[in-house]
Amino acid sequence: MTDSAKTLHTEHMVINMGPSHPVTHGTVKFTVTLDGETVHDLKVDIGYLHRGFEKMCENGTWEQVMPYTDRLNYVSPLINNVGYALAVEKLFGVETPARCQYIRVIACEMARICDHFTNIAAGAMEVGAMTVFLYFVEARDLLWDLMEELCGARVTANYVRIGGLKNDLPEGFGAKTAKAFETCRELWTDVDKLLTKNRIFIDRMRDVGTMPAEEAMAYGFTGPCLRASGVPYDVRKAHPYLVYDQLDFEIPVGETGDNFDRYLVRMEEIQQSMRIVEQALAQLPAGPINLDVPGLRWQSKDDTYNRIEALIFHFKTITEGIQPPAGEIYAAVEGANGELGFYLVSDGSGKPVKCRVRPPSFPMTAAMPRMMRGRLIADIVPTFDMINMIGGECDR
Amino acid sequence: MSPNATLDKISRQFPRSVIETHTWRGDATAIVRREDILAICTFLRDDPELAYNFMMDLTAVDYLGKAPRFEVVYHLYSLSKNQRVRIKAQVPEADCAIDSIVSVWIAADWFEREVFDLYGIVFKGHPNLKRILLYEGFEGHPLRKDYPVKQRQPLIGPLN
Repeated sequence: MTDSAKTLHTEHMVINMGPSHPVTHGTVKFTVTLDGETVHDLKVDIGYLHRGFEKMCENGTWEQVMPYTDRLNYVSPLINNVGYALAVEKLFGVETPARCQYIRVIACEMARICDHFTNIAAGAMEVGAMTVFLYFVEARDLLWDLMEELCGARVTANYVRIGGLKNDLPEGFGAKTAKAFETCRELWTDVDKLLTKNRIFIDRMRDVGTMPAEEAMAYGFTGPCLRASGVPYDVRKAHPYLVYDQLDFEIPVGETGDNFDRYLVRMEEIQQSMRIVEQALAQLPAGPINLDVPGLRWQSKDDTYNRIEALIFHFKTITEGIQPPAGEIYAAVEGANGELGFYLVSDGSGKPVKCRVRPPSFPMTAAMPRMMRGRLIADIVPTFDMINMIGGECDR
Repeated sequence: MSPNATLDKISRQFPRSVIETHTWRGDATAIVRREDILAICTFLRDDPELAYNFMMDLTAVDYLGKAPRFEVVYHLYSLSKNQRVRIKAQVPEADCAIDSIVSVWIAADWFEREVFDLYGIVFKGHPNLKRILLYEGFEGHPLRKDYPVKQRQPLIGPLN
C-alpha cells in the first residue's frame, strides 16, 4: 500500500441493489456495504414476491392447490405439480398406474431441462455472453412448444392431477421430442464451445461464490449447488420416486462448489435429463393414466354424465374436496434447484390444515452473505445467478 | 438405521423429553418437550450412529382450539445413513417461545425468521429475529388460523 493510501480517510459505502434491478431476478434487495469495490457485508431482503401460498392452500380444497404449485418455481412448473401430487398420494397411501408415472418422469425432466437452460442463459447473459442467452432461449422454446402440445400451456402447466394426469400424451409426441432434442443438443454443443473454455467466463465464474461441502450441508443446500460442492445427494437416487429406479442416468458432481462447477453440473444434468426422457419414452407402457378411485380422481366425463355414482363422487369431490385420512407426511422430489419438499397435514377433511413447501433456493439465498464477504461487487452477479433463486419458490 | 431405530435411540437418550413417537406412511415422528429441543437437536447431529447433518425444513402448524396451540416441526436428514426424521415441539400460545437451533444448523436462521414472521413464535437466542417475508409495518401473523384471509393492512388501506 502506498503512503497516501495509508493516510487516506476512507469509509464504507452502503449501496442498495434494490428489488427492482436487472440482476436481482425474483426481486431481492441486497444492501451492500462496500470498501471500494470489495464487499464488506451483504444483507439480503426477500419477500417481495410473497403471495401467501400457504394461506391460500388452507383456504381451498386439496385439488385447488394444484394451480398454485405452478407458480412456485415458475421456470419448472411441472416438477412442482408432480411433487404436490406425489405428496397427496402419499397421504392417501396410493400409487398411480405405471403409464402415469412414466409420463410424470418425462414431464419432470423436461421441466428440469428448461430450468437449467434458463439459468445458464441468464447467468451467461449477465456476465456479458448475450449469444448464449439467445441460443438457450431458442432451445427452451422448442421444449415449451412440446409442453404446450402436452398440456395447453407453456409455463403454468397445471398438468398433473392427484391420482393421475390431466390428459395422455398427444399423438406423435415421441417423434416431436426426438426432433426437438436434436436441435437442443446442437445448441448445447454451441454453448459448450462458447463458454466452457472461455477465458472471460472462467475468470468471472471460477473460484467465485465457493462453498465448501461441510458448510453447504450446514446451510441446507441441496440440488445442483450442493452437488457442485462435491456432495452426491440427489433425491432421485437417494429416495427414488416414480420410476427413477428403473431408468439409467448419472448425477454429475463437482469439486469446489464455485459458480463454474455449478454451471458444469447444470450443463451435464441437461444431457442426463435428455437421456432419461428418451429412455422413458422408449419404455412407456400402455394402460390408464388415472387411478380408478372415484373419491380421489374424477371418472371420465362419459361416466360422470351417465352413471349416478360417478356424478355423486364428482359433485362431492368438487364441493367438499377429496378427503385424505388424518395425519401428516413429508414427501420430497428433486426439483431443478434441489430438494422440493411438501409437508402436508390433514385432519380428514377436504381442506388442508397445513400445506408447506420446503423451498430449495431459500437456504442458498440465505448463504449469499457468507459467499460474498470479501469478494468484489461484480461477483454478486454470477453468484446470485448460479444459485438460481426463483422468487416464486423462495418467497411463495 | 430404520426409522424406528432412530426414534428408539432418541427415546432412550431423552426419556423425560420425548412425549410420543410414531411412524406413519414411512415417516418417523417424535413429539418432544420444547425445553429440551436444543439438547435433542445437538444429539441428533453429533451422535455418530444418527449423524443428522441436514436440517431440511423448519416450520410450524397452528392447531387453533387445541392446547398447546402451536407445533414447531423440524425435518432432519442424515446424508450418511440416508434417513429422515421429523421432530415436533409443542409451543403454547401464552408463552409463545422456543429455543433457537441456529447454533446446531445454521440453516435454521432464515427458517426460524419465517416462522416468527408468519406465526409469531419467538426463537430465543436467534441472532437476528426480524420479519423476513413480510414488510416492516405489517401487523399480525398471517398464518395463524385466526388471521382472516381477506384482512386488510394499514399500509395498504381499504378495498375501495
